Amino acid sequence: MKISYNWLKEYLDIQVSPKDLAEKIERSSVEVDSVTQPSDGLKKLVVGKIESLRDHPDSDHLKICSVDVGEEELSEIVCGAPNVEAGHKVIVALPGSRIGGNVKIKRSKMRGVTSNGMICALDEIGFGKDVIPKEWSDGIYFLPDDAKIGEPVFSYLGMDDHLIDVDVTPNRGDMLSVYGVARDLGAIYAQKPKLNHPSVEEVSSLAADKVKLDVNADLAPIYKMRIVENVKIQPSPLWLQIKLWNAGVRPINNVVDVTNYILLKYGQPLHAFDFNKVSGNTIYARQAYEGEKLTTLDEEERELDAKDIVIADSDKAIALAGVMGGLNSEIDDRTTTVAIESAVFMPTMIRKTAQRHNLHTSASQHFERGVDRGGVDEAVDAAAQMMHELADGDILKGIVTGSSYDVKDEVVQVTLSRVNHVLGTHLKSDQVSAIFKQLGFGVTLDGDTYTVTVPSTRWDIHIAADLLEEVARIYGYDNLPATLPTGPTTLGKLTEKQILIRDSRRLFEALGLNQAISYALTTEEKAGQFMMRKSAETQLSWPMTNDHTTLRMNLISGLLDDVAYNNARYVKDVALYEQGRVFYKDSADEVRPSEHEHIAGAISGQLVVDPLQNAKRNAVNFYQLKGIVEQYLQNLAIEGDIEFVATDRYPEMHPGRTADISIHGHNVGFIGQVHPSVAEAYKINETYVFELNLDALLEMPKKMNQYQPISKYPAITRDVALLVDKNVTNAQILAQINKKGGAYLKSVHLFDVYQGKNLPNGKQSLAYTLTYQNPNATLTDEEVTKAFDKVQNSLVSELGAEIR
Amino acid sequence: MTLRDQLEKIRQEREQNIKDVGDLKKLDALRVELLGKKGPITQALRSMRDLPAEERPQFGQFANRVRDELQTTIERRRDELKQAMLNKELQEEKIDVTLPGKPVAQGQPHVIQQIIDQIEDLFIGMGYQVLTGPEVEEDKYNFEMMNLPKDHPARDMQDTFYITKEILMRTQTSPMQARTLEKHDFSQGPLKMISPGVVYRRDTDDPTHSHQFHQVEGIVIDKHITMADLKGTLQLVAHELFGDRFDIRLRPSYFPFTEPSVEADITCFNCGGKGCAVCKYTGWIEVLGAGMVHPNVLKMAGVDPEVFGGFAFGLGPDRFAMLKYGVDDIRNFYLNDVRFLTQFSKKG
Repeated sequence: MKISYNWLKEYLDIQVSPKDLAEKIERSSVEVDSVTQPSDGLKKLVVGKIESLRDHPDSDHLKICSVDVGEEELSEIVCGAPNVEAGHKVIVALPGSRIGGNVKIKRSKMRGVTSNGMICALDEIGFGKDVIPKEWSDGIYFLPDDAKIGEPVFSYLGMDDHLIDVDVTPNRGDMLSVYGVARDLGAIYAQKPKLNHPSVEEVSSLAADKVKLDVNADLAPIYKMRIVENVKIQPSPLWLQIKLWNAGVRPINNVVDVTNYILLKYGQPLHAFDFNKVSGNTIYARQAYEGEKLTTLDEEERELDAKDIVIADSDKAIALAGVMGGLNSEIDDRTTTVAIESAVFMPTMIRKTAQRHNLHTSASQHFERGVDRGGVDEAVDAAAQMMHELADGDILKGIVTGSSYDVKDEVVQVTLSRVNHVLGTHLKSDQVSAIFKQLGFGVTLDGDTYTVTVPSTRWDIHIAADLLEEVARIYGYDNLPATLPTGPTTLGKLTEKQILIRDSRRLFEALGLNQAISYALTTEEKAGQFMMRKSAETQLSWPMTNDHTTLRMNLISGLLDDVAYNNARYVKDVALYEQGRVFYKDSADEVRPSEHEHIAGAISGQLVVDPLQNAKRNAVNFYQLKGIVEQYLQNLAIEGDIEFVATDRYPEMHPGRTADISIHGHNVGFIGQVHPSVAEAYKINETYVFELNLDALLEMPKKMNQYQPISKYPAITRDVALLVDKNVTNAQILAQINKKGGAYLKSVHLFDVYQGKNLPNGKQSLAYTLTYQNPNATLTDEEVTKAFDKVQNSLVSELGAEIR
Repeated sequence: MTLRDQLEKIRQEREQNIKDVGDLKKLDALRVELLGKKGPITQALRSMRDLPAEERPQFGQFANRVRDELQTTIERRRDELKQAMLNKELQEEKIDVTLPGKPVAQGQPHVIQQIIDQIEDLFIGMGYQVLTGPEVEEDKYNFEMMNLPKDHPARDMQDTFYITKEILMRTQTSPMQARTLEKHDFSQGPLKMISPGVVYRRDTDDPTHSHQFHQVEGIVIDKHITMADLKGTLQLVAHELFGDRFDIRLRPSYFPFTEPSVEADITCFNCGGKGCAVCKYTGWIEVLGAGMVHPNVLKMAGVDPEVFGGFAFGLGPDRFAMLKYGVDDIRNFYLNDVRFLTQFSKKG
C-alpha cells in the first residue's frame, strides 16, 4: 500500500525526510518496498494558460494555441487534444522538458508550424491509465483556475508528495491505512497523532424506517448501514482526487470516492450502493445459493456457491460481500439515495472467495487481514458526513445495525523480568511502560507485572509474546545486545552416517566428478527409469508444469538431463555425481513414500580433458568408471567381497555393458553404459553411469584397520599367460587361481588382455602375475613351483585354458 | 742433463699434455703411457740404480712425487671431462617447462553444498547437532505444528505442492523444529540443532524463483535463551560466511511460528553498505527470517513455554550463494552446466 508522506503530516509532526521516515518504518514496523515521488524523472512542466487558439492550416484536428507560460511573449504550441479550449490553465511541457516515459520535449515543427513545447494529458506526465479520472482519459488536463502561470505543475496535482510503499505482513493489517501508520509512527516517535473524529450532521427522519437488515452473524459478525438521501453525484474536489490517485485509486465520483477515501484513511472497506435500485427495503447478508449468478462491478458474471457471502435484496444478490459490489446496484450519475455498508466479514471466507474467483480487491485484502472491529461505526459516520459535505446529501438519523457485538479491548499481562529474560535486555520498568503508552495501550504496573489494555485498533495482539515484540521493535532491534547462547555444554558433531555421506562426496570429487544437484521432481517417465528395485510412483496432485510431476526413483535420469543440458551447449566432457534422495513406495496405496539416500554418477566424453590426447581414444569407457567405483568402495572399507556381475535387467542400460554391483551377496547398485536408444532419447553422447544405494553402503559393517607386519622374507613371482575361450571371464580365472593357489599365494594381478590378431577365433589371451610369500620363512623355489604347477594344471582342467 | 732434470722436464711437458687431452679414452692412453711399466717415470726409477747410493733416497722421493702429481692431474682431468660430458648430456635433455602439466581428474563440490558445509561446520563448533528430515512431509509438521492451522492466511505465502490433502513436499525446513522438539529430552540438556535440506514451492522457475531450493533451519531451546543470543548468532553467521565487514540488522517481520519475528538484512555485497541499485539504496539486503519460537509451537510439541524458550532461524544457502558470488539466476544451481559448476573452487 502506498502511504502519502503529506497525508501523514496532517496527523504528525514529522521532522525527517521521506526516506528517513521510510527507513524508520522499515526498522520498526513493516517492510518498505520503495519511496517514490510522482514527479520523479519529470522536469520543466509548468502551468500555462491558453489565451487563444486557431486552426492549424494543414490539419483538420490540430490547433495552434497561444499559451501564456509566464514569459514575456505568448508561446505558440500545437495541440491535437479534442478538448483543447481557450481560457483554461493547462500542463505545459516547455522545450527542454522531460515528460513521462523519460521522453524529452524539444521545440519542433508540426506540419510546418513550430510548437514551443507540448500541452499534456495526465498519462503523458506519468499517471497510470488506471488512476486517471474518466473525464480526463481522452484529453488534456485542466488545472484549477487559481494555479499560478509559469509555476511548476507538481504541487497542483499532488506530484510533489512522497509515497512510501509498505509491504504489510499478514499480522499487521492495521498498517493498511493512513491512520494505522500514523498511530504506529506516533509510537515510534513518541507523539500522539492528531486523529480527527467525525461529527455527523443528520436530518430527522430515521434510517431504520428506510432500510431493514437481515444478517447472518456467522458470516458478518458486524454489519451496519447508513442511508444518505438527495446526493448530487459529481466529481470529487481535487484534494480528494489527489489522495486517491496517489494511492493508486481512480477517482470516480463524490460518493464512490468517499468510500475509497475512508478505506485508505481508516482501513475499513465500505460499500456504497444505489438504494433505489434495490427491490424492497430489506438488505440481507447471507450465503450465496449454489449456482447463483452475480455480475460484479468489473462486468464479469460470476457463478457463486454456498461458500460465498452475498449482500442481497429480496430478489437478487447485489454484492459479493467484502470483495466487490454488483453492477445491478452501482452508483451512477442519477443516483440520489446511497446506502453505505460498513461491516466485518469472516476473513477466511473472504480469502477463499477472493481466491476462488481470482478477484483480489483492496476490500478483500483488508478483510483477509482483519479490520478494526471497534472502528466500524466511525468509518460509516465519516463517510456519511463527507457525502453530506461533498455531495450535499441528507444523512438519515442513526446507524442501522444488522449484527454487532461488544468489541472489548484485549487485556494481556507480561512481567518486566519476562521482557528482559526473552529479549536479553536490561530495560527499566518505566522504559517498558513508556513504550506501551506510546503505542496507545493502557498500562498498569503491579509489582513486576504489567496489565496492558490493547485497543481494537491492534487486533493482532493477544498474548505476552506479542507484547514482547512490541517492546522489542519500539525499543529498537539495533539497541539489542548481541550475545551467544550460554548454558550447559552440548556436543556438536556429525553422526557417523553424515560423516560417511560427506566422505562419499569428497571421494567422488577426488576421483574427478563434479557434484550436481538436480531436480527431484521430474516427469513420470524419467522418475521410473534406471530403477534398482520395484516401486510405485509418488505424484503431485497439482503440478505446476509437465516437467516436474513425479518424485524421482533414481538419480541417473536427473544426471542425464544435466548431461543433455551440457551436450546441447557443446560441452562434450561431462563428469558428474549426485548425492540425494530417491522416493520409493512399496505399493500404490501407500500415501507417503520412504526416502533413501543414493549416490550416482555419469561420465560422458573424457574424464580428464587433455588437449594433447586424442579425445576419442581418451573418452571414458566402462573400465574407467568401474575403476572410480571400485576405488570409492575400497575407501569405504566395507567388509566382504565386491562383485560385478553382468546383467541385462535394466531396460535403459546397454545389455552387454552393465553390471550389478554386490557386496557380500547384497546388491548395492549397478554400473554400465546407457542404452544407445535411451541416450538418443535424452539427446546425449555415449555416457556411462552408476548408481549406488548409499543407505545400504552406510549400514554395511566396515573393516577394522589392524596393523599387518611387513614380511621380512622375499616374495617370489610367477607369470602365466592363458589362452581361453572369450566367454571365460577374468572373475572365473581369478576364482580358480585363488581356489588352488595354496597357503602362500599372496596376490594375483592381471597384466595383459589380448583379443584379435594371431589368436584362434573365439579365443583370448590373459596374463597374470602370481605373488607368493611366506610371512615366516624364505620360500624355496621348489615350494613355489609346486604351488604354481597346481594352479596351472587346474586352469587347464577346469577352464580349458592353454598355457602359453 | 741430470736424471732429475729429465724427470722435471717430463713432468712439465706431460702435465700440459694431460690438460690438453679432450676425451677420456685419450686420457686413459696417456695414463698408461706415462705411468705404465714402460713409462718414463718407471724408467727413471729403474735408472736410479746408476746413481750414487746417497742420492738415491732423495731422487726416489722426487720421482714418486712426480708420479703422484701426474696421477692427480690425470684424475682431476678425468673428473673435468666427465663433468663436461654430463653437462653436455643434460643440456641435450633440456625441456620446455612452459608446456602444460599433465591434467588430473578433480571434481568440485556444488557451490550450494559448500555453503551448507560451511554453515554445518560453524554450528557444530558451537555445539549444535545436524539433523535431517523427510522431504515429503505431513501437513501436520509442515504447517499445523508450526502454528499455521488450515486456512491460515500465511499459508498463501508458501505455495505448496500437495501429494494428498495431508501429505506434501515440505515448503520449509521448519517442520524439523516440531519433529525435534517432540523428541528432545530436556533433562539431557538444551536443544541446539540445525537442519539443512531441500524444500519445494509451487513456483514457476525464473531467475529469482525455483520450485526447488535449500534451507538450513536452526533452533535453540533452553531455559535462558534470549533474542540478543539470536542477534549474536546471526552476526556470527554473517562474519564467518561472508567476512568481518558484513554486519546484520534485524527488522520486524511476521512468521506464525515465531514471536517476536524478525527479518535479518546483511550489508549489501555490491556497495558494502553505501547504497546502490542492488540494495535499493538502503545498504542492506534481506537474507533470512528468524525469531523467538512461538509459545504455541512449544506447547504443541509438548514443551512448557513457561519454562523453556529460545530462537529459531531459517537460512537460505541458494540466496547466500547468489549474493556471495553474484549469481544472477537461481536456475544455474540446478541445471549443472559444467562451466558453472567448476567456477567455485573450494577456497574461493
